[in-house]
Amino acid sequence: MSESGSGKRFTRLSGLEPLVITPELNFVNIGERTNVTGSAKFKRLIAEEKYEEAVEVALHQVENGAQIIDVNMDEGLLDSEQAMVDFLNLIAAEPDIARVPVMIDSSKWSVIEAGLRCLQGKGVVNSISLKEGEEAFLEEAGKIRRYGAAVVVMAFDEGGQADNAEHMVECLSRAHKLLTEDAGFPPEDIIFDPNIFPVATGIEEHDNYSVEFIEATRELKKRFPGCHVSGGVSNMSFSFRGNNPVREAMHSVFLYHATKAGMDMGIVNAGQLAVYDDIDPELRDLVEDVVLNRRADATERLLEAADRFKGDGKREEKDEAWRDKPVAERLKYSLVKGIDKHVIEDTEEARQQLDTALEVIEGPLMDGMNYVGDLFGEGKMFLPQVVKSARVMKKAVAYLVPYLEAEQTTKEKKGKVLLATVKGDVHDIGKNIVGVVLACNGFDVHDLGVMVPAERILEEARREEVDIIGLSGLITPSLDEMVNVAEAMNEAKFELPLLIGGATTSRAHTALKIDPAYPGPVCWVKDASRSVDVVRKLASKQHRDGYAADIRADYEEYRERSAKGRRRKPLVPIEAARENAFRPDWSEHRPEKPDQPGLHVYEDWPVAELVDYIDWTPFFQTWELKGRYPDILDDEEAGEAARNLFRDGREMLERIVENRWLTARAVCALWPAARDGDDVLFYTDETRSEVAERMVMLRQQAEKPSENLCLSDFVADAGSGIEDWAGLFAVTTGIGLEDALAQFPETDDYSRILLQSLADRLAEALAEALHEKVRRELWGYAANESLDNRGLIREKYRGIRPAPGYPACPDHSEKAKLFELLEVTDRIGIELTDSFAMRPMAAVSGYYFGHPESKYFVVGKLGKDQVEDYAGRKGIALAEAEKFLRPNLDY
Amino acid sequence: MTRLQWHDPEGVEALFGAAAERILLLDGAMGTMIQNEKLDEAAFRGDRFVDHADDLKGNNDLLTLTRPDLIARIHHDFLAVGCELIETNTFNANRVSQADYALEELSEEINHEAARLAREACDASTGETGRRRFVVGVIGPTNRTASISPDVTNPGYRNIDFDTLVEAYTEAARGLLDGGSDLILIETIFDTLNAKAAVYAVHEEFERRGERWPLMISGTITDASGRTLSGQTPEAFYYSIEHAEPFSTGFNCALGADQLKPHIKALSRVADCLVSAHPNAGLPNEFGEYDQTPEEMAAVIEGFARDRLVNIIGGCCGTTPEHLAAIGQAIEGRSPRPLRQRKAA
Repeated sequence: MSESGSGKRFTRLSGLEPLVITPELNFVNIGERTNVTGSAKFKRLIAEEKYEEAVEVALHQVENGAQIIDVNMDEGLLDSEQAMVDFLNLIAAEPDIARVPVMIDSSKWSVIEAGLRCLQGKGVVNSISLKEGEEAFLEEAGKIRRYGAAVVVMAFDEGGQADNAEHMVECLSRAHKLLTEDAGFPPEDIIFDPNIFPVATGIEEHDNYSVEFIEATRELKKRFPGCHVSGGVSNMSFSFRGNNPVREAMHSVFLYHATKAGMDMGIVNAGQLAVYDDIDPELRDLVEDVVLNRRADATERLLEAADRFKGDGKREEKDEAWRDKPVAERLKYSLVKGIDKHVIEDTEEARQQLDTALEVIEGPLMDGMNYVGDLFGEGKMFLPQVVKSARVMKKAVAYLVPYLEAEQTTKEKKGKVLLATVKGDVHDIGKNIVGVVLACNGFDVHDLGVMVPAERILEEARREEVDIIGLSGLITPSLDEMVNVAEAMNEAKFELPLLIGGATTSRAHTALKIDPAYPGPVCWVKDASRSVDVVRKLASKQHRDGYAADIRADYEEYRERSAKGRRRKPLVPIEAARENAFRPDWSEHRPEKPDQPGLHVYEDWPVAELVDYIDWTPFFQTWELKGRYPDILDDEEAGEAARNLFRDGREMLERIVENRWLTARAVCALWPAARDGDDVLFYTDETRSEVAERMVMLRQQAEKPSENLCLSDFVADAGSGIEDWAGLFAVTTGIGLEDALAQFPETDDYSRILLQSLADRLAEALAEALHEKVRRELWGYAANESLDNRGLIREKYRGIRPAPGYPACPDHSEKAKLFELLEVTDRIGIELTDSFAMRPMAAVSGYYFGHPESKYFVVGKLGKDQVEDYAGRKGIALAEAEKFLRPNLDY
Repeated sequence: MTRLQWHDPEGVEALFGAAAERILLLDGAMGTMIQNEKLDEAAFRGDRFVDHADDLKGNNDLLTLTRPDLIARIHHDFLAVGCELIETNTFNANRVSQADYALEELSEEINHEAARLAREACDASTGETGRRRFVVGVIGPTNRTASISPDVTNPGYRNIDFDTLVEAYTEAARGLLDGGSDLILIETIFDTLNAKAAVYAVHEEFERRGERWPLMISGTITDASGRTLSGQTPEAFYYSIEHAEPFSTGFNCALGADQLKPHIKALSRVADCLVSAHPNAGLPNEFGEYDQTPEEMAAVIEGFARDRLVNIIGGCCGTTPEHLAAIGQAIEGRSPRPLRQRKAA
């Protein structure tokens, strides 16, 4: 795991699950609602001993994204110690709450200590201070360490509570010294609370409080970068009690500036934070004046305007003409255009007009979606638009769910489809798109996610009584896993249709390997737009058998043809192919020694720098818009959809960069290397006496006029006296993706898939950027190279970066060696699954070859002689090698 | 903070030196070895407890007082096959567990005597072989959980609290240290809050003595959920006890080496200290017996070593001196897991 592998010390807390506070978390939300001093409701629940409801408050916080929950029982009328113990014991019994760490919040030491004796995980104490002097401070700190908790230190000393930056920094620096030097605290277990006080109170001395906090934060993070800065955010807006929109805007603006200064934790009402960009610009300006104390009349001006924003905090927008149409038309318009702004009110209006909620769904909403489906089928709408429509539909249906439940009717579904990315594979963009497309065509989709073992697929299919099973996968080993699932379905006497999809799958593989393994209907689905038609036919009792028979006949024919066809293009024996290898003329070109040989790690490559390296064409392909960027933007048919998608993509990219959602990490190495037949050797050092690893390569075996290439051809022979070099690399931009995705509601597939597909593109961009750095600086053989994005995409540079699992070296399992050599998992946090897929998915790894004539090629079909030889060189059984090379086998 | 001095600086140096060079071999099961003796009630009682009111059969810890010859022989058998860390027979030798037999007052005495027996056995072996052997004073979890309610209808209820546990563990630690332990091992932790109480007790005891001993901490992953009984993941477990600054952390019991491996791997990725494992000899069969052979178990353990996951390896339920001999052979010449230090940010 990267947190210790990278060598940096991060705060490591725990509930039932770990919470490692890495920079990519940006800001840790500490739930504030389980606090009797801040929440009247919670206080009432505790005082009346309504513990069940009080526990629900905690659960709600965690569900809304609180990563830590703050528990405070400081109330004069309570037995605070007992209340703390009772409540902590109760939430310990709720795994959904107990998974996060607890912050024990009290100004009384006895309450803190009582709480610490209930925590099995590593929690946080909030807080201790120098108020009573150093001796008391150290005694409490020592105890906290012994109980095993992190600590919040409040800016309070013998002279009182600090309310200006200088005093805050001074007393917290003193506390830091005592904690680290005398109490044995590691710096990462120290959290500063410089004090957040209310502003806009009408008292002039209070006006600068937020500025003081922000300044103190900046200085503290500068002095103690390993520590954290936190605070109780709601306190600052205290004077606007009763006007939540304004309060939320104040919190959001305050956090925007404070986090920029380094505040990285905060006690907040998780789930209720406004997005800075979404705040009405007028309100934002007014609030900003107050928070940053930019003008003397800031408070008055905000007070004056506050009432106007009492509603939802957003300014009214002009109604457009379509708003005057009947409600069914308006819903259809919203669905087609993907506008979700009015959908709730329109749905409600439709519900009042019709008898039941079910009729709303089956009437106007499904009419609208059918229209969307038609347009999509006719090629008049494109996938990104359909996904947006689905978002609107989901929102409407979510609104109706309570009514549906009350009506106790169940919507007749067209059919239930189970989707899963198979075991060992983590790629799910395509599967997610298929899920959305099917769902908005009225199918009930049961998505099991990624890395799903066969047993679970079978089990869920039975339990959920699905009608169709769809498998997805992107890497080669997934092909075998799909066969495995088909066999398991056969053994379990399943008869359900089985759909196969994903980049590595093909009609050929489905026809030759999967279809024969399973007697039920098997169908390869080329892309998402094709899936609706296939599923519709297979789910219909009327069409199913006929359609299944058609496909089966088609596959049967394919099998026959391929059995004949294969004989037409014989391969040459591997020995002959080797005779015909590419032999560089080493008198023409002498390998250059890298300027900076060895290992290079980039733990935080600025994502902003990657934007210019993005190759947009595959991005449009992901969304099934076919055509080359930038021409696609002006395409007669798909142009509009492409432009909108491109605009949304660019916007999302800005948010990714601005909010630091993704962390880009890379590791690469340039090492002494040599060719040994079809293998590439990497040496441990320049004496070239010890081989660190043997990378096993494959050679083209087709009969051809030009050379039969193998990647090892681009490296000088061991023992030739020529000292050659080669490289290895791995990059990811997927660190933080899961959390970023979690910020979007489940109904918003559009944003999620957009973000996911951009993370993928960024990983490729990072691979490109790193390769450029290698050519220009690290290896340095092309110090003067200067190419624009188009030039980079067309690979008009010297040297290649082929990736295991792709055409020039199709065996994914060689990645295991690469990962071991570079210690990829420890250094940058990418893991390999059992099937050698990289996780996070947004990752690229491969080799560097620098020879001027090195180029990409397709290995193509392989004869058994080479595969046997390959298995021997790799030290694995033939059957295993065949598994890794399945699509390339010519026998 | 001025750290306490090691109780035995030279011994600790030897221990760290050995750990840097090789995988250390911890001994095997005490409980199942005793079970195999098929002792009857009278054997457990010995002369001293002939008139004790409660049944004593099954109180394995008591055998330290009533059958010291047997316990010494088991230590000797494990030493003979090359084990270098020898665990005291004190798994349930604490006030809370001994209350089941109305023997809570014997807790300190049993711990003291058990450590002394192991000390004698180790010193004899060190003298004979020239290879240094270490006494590991075992602190078991007790039979109660501090963060789980025994009453399903009342989830906030607890039948033990932190302070009571600290008291019981302090007493145990006192006996183990006085009896001559070289290290303390808090083991078979199913509830991390119990372990945190043990850490608290042991550290307070160190402070009172003005010196410290290396501390090993070993949890238990109870089933296929991959979590402790109290619900923690391996990483969460480690972060919860990291403040103890342990010599080693690991998992033992409940699972065979095969099933334990992914959890050891998870721990190995995040731990800044040495990593230990003492798995059972496979999973129990329908009669509750362990039938994984020494060869089978050693083959799995060899994988631990090959992947460089561990620094200390031993056996839990069902493992015999034959198992440990096979394991010792399997790890012979294998490099230990590399120790990494976290840099300050």
